[in-house]
Amino acid sequence: MKESPETLSVVVEREIPYPPEKIWRALTQPHLIQEWLMQNDFKPVVDHRFNFRADWGAVDCQVLAVEPNKTLSYTWAAYDLKSVVTWTLTPTGSGTHLRMEQSGFRPDQRQAYQGAKGGWQRFFANLEQVLRRTD
Amino acid sequence: MSINSQSVIDQKMRNAHDALFRTLADPTRRAIFERLCRQGEQTVGALTARSGVSQPAVSKHLGVLKQAGLVRDRHEGRQTHYSAQLRALAPLIDWTRQMAGFWQSRFDHLEDLLKRMDQ
Repeated sequence: MKESPETLSVVVEREIPYPPEKIWRALTQPHLIQEWLMQNDFKPVVDHRFNFRADWGAVDCQVLAVEPNKTLSYTWAAYDLKSVVTWTLTPTGSGTHLRMEQSGFRPDQRQAYQGAKGGWQRFFANLEQVLRRTD
Repeated sequence: MSINSQSVIDQKMRNAHDALFRTLADPTRRAIFERLCRQGEQTVGALTARSGVSQPAVSKHLGVLKQAGLVRDRHEGRQTHYSAQLRALAPLIDWTRQMAGFWQSRFDHLEDLLKRMDQ
């Protein structure tokens, strides 16, 4: 796991002892997604809009990319923050290297923050420098 | 922690995020805040000189930043000095930490599920 302050992205990676095809099912079939993530109306179709629902609220999503058994990407909007979740599956000798990256703050994809286009990334880069100095 | 107190915390977190984002979504306002972060305390006059907008506009932006807890003002004679309050950004800084924890636990659930699934 590493964090990149410039884009506020979160990466979680694991070696999983199962083939990509099996993991892909767990990532893309609603009744299986529900078992490990949240209730949902997901479909592995580009542009499909769906929600994840939990007792604390809902996450609004839209499918961006689907490449069976390899990559899956969708937008993820919660707490008024727009982000993109990308899953990457890479076969290994003993199973699959599964990588999830959630990159935050894509103002270009959010109407309300159109005016801030390009600005957020720089803002957080600058902010990081300031915070480093105050440590 | 009960589900109820968790949802109260989530609601508070959401409100804090909303306020910060609304406040910093305006590029001029964000530029003013950035300058205060980088260069320390400044007067309205000094901020106006390099902002490209009028002094009343700068004052209005500072008012909004103050409302969100992002700046603090200090009066000295006829001048008002403004400084950035970096602590107010904590909800944004915490975001990566919260999300990383969330996904780690979801990966655990995913692995449990994969064990249960038939090939």
